[in-house]
Amino acid sequence: MNLIPLVLSNVSLMDKAMKVVTQYQSLLIKGAINTVIVALIGTIVGLVIGLVIGAIRFVSLSHDRKDSKITVICKKILYFLTSCYVEIFRGTPMMVQAMFLYWSLKQSLNWTPYFAAICIISINTGAYMAEIVRSGIQSVDKGQNEGARSIGMTDMQAMFYVILPQAIKNAFPSIGNEFVVNIKDSCVLNCIGFAELFFQAKSIQGSVFDYTGPFLVVGIMYFVLTFTTTRILGIIEEKMNHTHSSIPASDTTANSIQRGGF
Amino acid sequence: MALIEINHLGKSFGTLEVLKDTNFHVDQGEVVCLIGSSGSGKSTLLRCVNLLETPDSGEILYKGENILTSKMNINTYRTKVGMVFQSFNLFNNMSVLDNCIIGQVKVLKKNKNVAHENAVKYLNKVGMGNFLHANPTQLSGGQKQRVAIARALAMDSEVLLFDEPTSALDPEMVNEVLNVMRDLANEGLTMIIVTHEMNFAKEVANRVVFMDRGIILEEGEAKEFFNNPKEERTKEFLGMIRK
Repeated sequence: MNLIPLVLSNVSLMDKAMKVVTQYQSLLIKGAINTVIVALIGTIVGLVIGLVIGAIRFVSLSHDRKDSKITVICKKILYFLTSCYVEIFRGTPMMVQAMFLYWSLKQSLNWTPYFAAICIISINTGAYMAEIVRSGIQSVDKGQNEGARSIGMTDMQAMFYVILPQAIKNAFPSIGNEFVVNIKDSCVLNCIGFAELFFQAKSIQGSVFDYTGPFLVVGIMYFVLTFTTTRILGIIEEKMNHTHSSIPASDTTANSIQRGGF
Repeated sequence: MALIEINHLGKSFGTLEVLKDTNFHVDQGEVVCLIGSSGSGKSTLLRCVNLLETPDSGEILYKGENILTSKMNINTYRTKVGMVFQSFNLFNNMSVLDNCIIGQVKVLKKNKNVAHENAVKYLNKVGMGNFLHANPTQLSGGQKQRVAIARALAMDSEVLLFDEPTSALDPEMVNEVLNVMRDLANEGLTMIIVTHEMNFAKEVANRVVFMDRGIILEEGEAKEFFNNPKEERTKEFLGMIRK
């Protein structure tokens, strides 16, 4: 008895969803593209910010007996400043950051919601990436740095050629996860009028006077985006772990690997 | 003139005095083995020689020049004093070949082709010529250590420092590393070796230095040192080892 209205309403939900898909395709696709673009650029720029801030935080945390007093003070100041950045942007909602930064800088920068959205998500992601990179650097064995110093590399060279490549590799799952999170969380940027997927769903909802249809559709779209991304990241991760087997086929047999050279 | 001369070197970690007024020297072409029990300061002394540890006091003369005060760039100095670690410390993000190339290109600013040729030459020398494109994680401990030696040699080092190069190896791999070191010694390379391999020290070293609690207690020509140790502590140590 109770099943009848439920089935009926489900049928009508499907109808509503189909209507949204057929009538508002272009809006939805545009929204999905904007979502992916802002998430991708935000993750890449965020990673660059994170590499710089994370490396600074790692260096300013390390104590060296050779350090002069001025160096120690500089390190403390740098650590404090980068901590402020990391804590503030991780400790407040991105939606609040977006509203505040967009409107407070609108006068001086005269930026579009599109550009503002990319900036805000990048700065926000940078704060998370900084900590990911810092722990990635910490996960690299100290001996790697000593090996680099022992052949005369400077701190910068050791960081750039030896430590960071390994840190990024170790942190790759977390970095990829930030991308997936950004695909979903970029929806809060609708508050400054950035036309991503959620924003489009809201517009459609306004024209069709129905909540369920549009949000079911974008829900599915979000899921497809994140699911696909997760799989792609998984494949990349697997590839990264197997790049070592680039040795010639003749040398790849277990026998030859174990064989001593003498 | 000694190639490396260390005068009145002192080093503390916090309140622990690891090196006390240590004097030490190595001549060109000499092989010196540093022996002693754990915590005697031998590794710290070795790490001070290429400044992985900064001494608190004293001086380190390289060809008569004090590297602690002179304008000589520390990184330039380090290229001349190669280091081989107990834990290998090969760069895990690079192939065996690139491990031996990167320093030549980035630090010595050598041409890539020249560096490549040089790297292959030294990898062949340590018997790792068949593993140019392998990653360090695929190698056995003995193989890693031989690559580490090639990496140091490729920098055209004048002195090689070995910090317990065989201590992390399985017994059957110790010899393949010692053989390489023996060859280098016979070719006249200057080496300072911290080791627990007494037979190797006896055979290869020109001079043996025994350290105990931060001071050099006894030193002497290798055979003389092992056959007629003078200090009680040295006798005790050698006795323990022989058991």
